[in-house]
Amino acid sequence: MSIKQIDAARGALTDSDIERIRSEFPCLQLHRHGKRLVYLDNAATTQKPRAVIDALSRYYEGQNANVHRGVHYLSGVATDLYESARKRIKEFLGAHLVCEIIFTRGATEGINLVAQTFGRQRVRVGDEILISAMEHHSNIVPWQMLCEEKGAHLRVIPMNDRGELLLDEYEALLNERTRLVSVVHVSNALGTINPVRQIIEMAHARGIPVLVDGAQSAPHMPINVVELGCDFFVCSGHKMMGPTGIGVLYGRAELLDSMPPWHGGGDMILSVTFEKTIYNGLPQKFEAGTPHIEGVVGLAEAIRYLEGVGMGRIAAYEAELLAHGTHVLEAIDGVKLIGTAREKAGVLSFVMDTTHPHDIGQLLDEEGIAIRAGHHCAQPVMQRFGIPATARASLAFYNTREELDLLGKALLKVKKMFG
Amino acid sequence: MSDEAKKRTLYEQVILDHNKNPRNCRVMANASCRSEGFNALCGDQFTVFLKLEDDKIVDVSFQGCGCAISKSSASIMTTVLKGKTKAEAEALFARFHDMVTSEPDAPAPPGDLGKLEVFCGVREYPVRVKCATLAWHTMIAALEGKKEGTQI
Repeated sequence: MSIKQIDAARGALTDSDIERIRSEFPCLQLHRHGKRLVYLDNAATTQKPRAVIDALSRYYEGQNANVHRGVHYLSGVATDLYESARKRIKEFLGAHLVCEIIFTRGATEGINLVAQTFGRQRVRVGDEILISAMEHHSNIVPWQMLCEEKGAHLRVIPMNDRGELLLDEYEALLNERTRLVSVVHVSNALGTINPVRQIIEMAHARGIPVLVDGAQSAPHMPINVVELGCDFFVCSGHKMMGPTGIGVLYGRAELLDSMPPWHGGGDMILSVTFEKTIYNGLPQKFEAGTPHIEGVVGLAEAIRYLEGVGMGRIAAYEAELLAHGTHVLEAIDGVKLIGTAREKAGVLSFVMDTTHPHDIGQLLDEEGIAIRAGHHCAQPVMQRFGIPATARASLAFYNTREELDLLGKALLKVKKMFG
Repeated sequence: MSDEAKKRTLYEQVILDHNKNPRNCRVMANASCRSEGFNALCGDQFTVFLKLEDDKIVDVSFQGCGCAISKSSASIMTTVLKGKTKAEAEALFARFHDMVTSEPDAPAPPGDLGKLEVFCGVREYPVRVKCATLAWHTMIAALEGKKEGTQI
């Protein structure tokens, strides 16, 4: 049975489900200025459920040791936890093989790893890397650094005024010099869900591999890397209810095998002499040094939690929330949504004609509402829309329609003050 | 102080007024010096223009975009600098800077900062200090002849 079928059988998330879920997140119980915190900054980082927080304590209180070493009991416990987390994440992402799951510090490090190994090995003078106009800086700068080093060129797939990629232009940009396509699955600044399956098919038709930046998709919709067909996929634990400092790189085993290691050190070797070092196989080849064990443990617990709620149900509930939030914002005269793609995830990026995003963020904070104001590490997106910054409310499955109504009311107050 | 009162002290009516109707917001064709300042954190960007005669500031203007705090600070700054010498402008900025970076429970300013005292509330909000001081840093950079300006 597919995730969709399982979730359909369980039915949609109800108000009482959401109430129970909210009670499981300690930070959602906080108050600011006497008002219950309305947390709408989930694209920056999500809050953590009690289960994840407890898993971290449990690890340090009774399971802590280094992994892949030592014959003693605790080392075995920690190694089992670490490697069973890898299996869980492999299942969560729908990968074929456990060894295709590499632990990183986050999506950013995953992209840098691919740029510095796959990229340095295969990109030559005059070659091209193709990204999109809506990338986060983390999917721009690593490629610029590589292109500078190699004398290669960075090409950019343009988008329309709704924030949708122009696939005809994309087709025209693919050529025999293109070495890799690296695109964001869901835009953190606009909310656009890109048609990555189609993007991948078009690149594969020319034999070009594709990296998908899933930092904003993995927490919000079912992901299956085999069905998508991507060659690489990256995501960040802290955006999916897990701890900071841990992320995942999925890569097809055949590609990972052919790539040189990145960081050298312990764990990534089979044997070392001063004359020659023999590297370890996958996945250890890419995990030098003692890993972020408690991060991995916490991430596995976060994924257990997400699966308990149901990724299909999360996607369906967040789509309803987004529709409601869009309606609330569109009803306010002077508010303009930035990013109105037909396929969109729970990101409401907007500007107000009277008030700078920074001031909106400040005044909403006074109302106990946490949003992000700024360029969202996507300055080229701001330039494309001719604005310095946006205010951004980003959703998670623990948010409610009532919270979005509070956002609307607070924005009316802002408008009155600056009108 | 209640939260409601704090909010009013950050967004004083004078600040909202200068945000809506900024003074001296124009390009100065015959400026003696100019500089461009950025706040990388939020994308604010201002150019400050100065016309000097001998050591005296005889005209000052600005252009750019930013939040209400940064824009009104630039606007109010242009209204207080005319007629000041370089040294007086620098001394005024030093005192303004001291006020917005003082502890929230520090005594109120002695009352000789005039119009600039509407920014006293900024000290309650350390992340907004850069907003309030961007135009001032840019003005100092212009006086020092740094056209490329300043990043804060």
